[in-house]
Amino acid sequence: MYKPRPALVELAIVRTKEFLRETEAVFWVFGFPLLLALALGFAFRSKPPDQIPIGVVAGPEAAQRLAALKKSPMLLPHVLSEAEGRDQLRRGKISLLVESGAAPVYRFDPTRPEARTARVEADDALQGAAGRKDVFAAREEKVQEQGSRYIDFLLPGLLGMNLMGTGMWSMGFTIVNARMRKLLKRFVATPMRKSDYLLSQFLSRLVFLCLEVSVVVIFGWLVFGVKIHGSLLTFAVLCLVGGYAFAGIGILVASRAQTIEAVSGMMNFVMMPMWLCSGVFFSYERFPDAVKPVIRALPLTALNDALRAVMNDAAPLSRLLPNLAILLAWGLVSFAVGLKIFRWQ
Amino acid sequence: MSANDFAISCKGLKKYYPDVKAVDGLDLFVQRGECFGLLGPNGAGKTTTIEILEGLTRPDGGEVIVLGLDWRHSARELREKIGISLQETQFGEKLTVIETLRLFRSFYRNGPDPDDLLRDLSLDEKRDARVGKLSGGQKQRLAVATAIIGDPDILFLDEPTTGLDPQSRLQLWEVVARFRAKGGTVLLTTHYMDEAQRLCDRIAIVDHGRLIALGTPQELIARLEAPNIIEFTSEPALPAETFGAVPGSHGIAKRGDRWQVRVDSLADAVPSLINAIEKSGAKLQTLTTHEATLEDLFVALTGRELRDV
Repeated sequence: MYKPRPALVELAIVRTKEFLRETEAVFWVFGFPLLLALALGFAFRSKPPDQIPIGVVAGPEAAQRLAALKKSPMLLPHVLSEAEGRDQLRRGKISLLVESGAAPVYRFDPTRPEARTARVEADDALQGAAGRKDVFAAREEKVQEQGSRYIDFLLPGLLGMNLMGTGMWSMGFTIVNARMRKLLKRFVATPMRKSDYLLSQFLSRLVFLCLEVSVVVIFGWLVFGVKIHGSLLTFAVLCLVGGYAFAGIGILVASRAQTIEAVSGMMNFVMMPMWLCSGVFFSYERFPDAVKPVIRALPLTALNDALRAVMNDAAPLSRLLPNLAILLAWGLVSFAVGLKIFRWQ
Repeated sequence: MSANDFAISCKGLKKYYPDVKAVDGLDLFVQRGECFGLLGPNGAGKTTTIEILEGLTRPDGGEVIVLGLDWRHSARELREKIGISLQETQFGEKLTVIETLRLFRSFYRNGPDPDDLLRDLSLDEKRDARVGKLSGGQKQRLAVATAIIGDPDILFLDEPTTGLDPQSRLQLWEVVARFRAKGGTVLLTTHYMDEAQRLCDRIAIVDHGRLIALGTPQELIARLEAPNIIEFTSEPALPAETFGAVPGSHGIAKRGDRWQVRVDSLADAVPSLINAIEKSGAKLQTLTTHEATLEDLFVALTGRELRDV
């Protein structure tokens, strides 16, 4: 005698299998955030400050000055003719030109920070070579704060963005696709409970949520040494609440759309402002003060801020309650409204 | 008989859309164990009617009782007892046949083992094939499989063989026959005459949301009162009066550039028809004859062909 599994379980299994067999979807969920993290992480990796290229005008003193300037670790001097040197200075290829004469003439653009640095460094090197004595030798202490690199800022943002994208797309695409294929209509023509269908979407979402978060976190740790400094449990709660908030918004966006084009447009309309304003790639602190309360009320901002707080500053759950409240409010209200206006046929 | 004795009974069914009266006062009574066909051209209201009976569309007026139950009060119970194949459902292409069937089986309290059903429908070879790789006929058999996986009392089929090749149609007809052999009731819509004639015990012909004829296929054809049809064209084309004197004629109708005459006896009518054409100085171009079908009845009733828009 055949014993069927409960409909909820069967629906969730089928949904999970369908996703895993959709190669492109798997790439967007798992591959894309990793590639993005890799590209941006390397582009903005921390490296020793660059040497500043400067020019020395050819003349009787040139060889001696070149030797003195080369001793400075910050400068990269070349000997050039006067015309050549002025031309390169104008085009920004060098930051400073040391012109000939008994006492050197420094030609540079003082509005450029590295030109000013070059001027100070070059003068220091030449004065020293000419016999100036340092009064004391200062000791340098170089500081690199934990969690202050760009990748430490970026990774939680990417994680938040990914939770938003996959949460909304997985709901929106699946539901509208099933509606277009008249599969939703076929389902409601059976005794299937409508709530089972929607719950199964959430259930299979849980599987991918855990997977995609783990993939990004482990990747960030292995490749860039990004660590979660706060509690793992707090981090997990945040990812869950964030993931489901966006799934709820996804249900709302997909509740009536009849075509993939329509739902894609709506998804992008909803997500675009958050990509730009919610501090994924750069801090929203640069926006005017007047719009900041609005930006902070966006679900992705709430999620990104909270993820950064727990990953970089080891914030406890109690400090993240306002963020969780914002996420829950968005998720629950969207889900309730979506369910109310949901179109099965 | 009361409404509860029928598998399906509907009275005064109405469904009005802003621009069209899709169903306009339809009465239908389908007996248990019967195969009942809804026949009509595209846009006649067949799909609207069947979807109201399936509980997917709410009627604007009229009474619908299915298996003695009312959709308004017993929807969930009814869903357990009926099986549905919609027009153009596309199942998930990335799932296999058995996965799809197991999914649908999980929605119902009772029903067969999905593997047994696949064997019954000769789909067991395709058990582990992706739905996206199936032929049109196999997809349609899968659609019917999902409709009977809950062991229904009534099977609703909306244009089950539209677009299928002849062999796939035959296979599907066998599935319907097997379901009926177990005592099941079938309601199907089609615009294929041969399908209706072959499968159905009784047929309702609908047009513009109204019933225009009802009966067994034989009864309906007998209504034409003339068992034979002659179709012909001439050069130049001739007016209808030319053929008024053809013996045993029951009416003449224009179908495209052809004339169609319904007659009692071909042996009497054909020579006299050719005579009439020659006398008028025109030349006979084509002439074919066939036994009257439901299609001819539809033309006789409405003056239009079934496949006209």
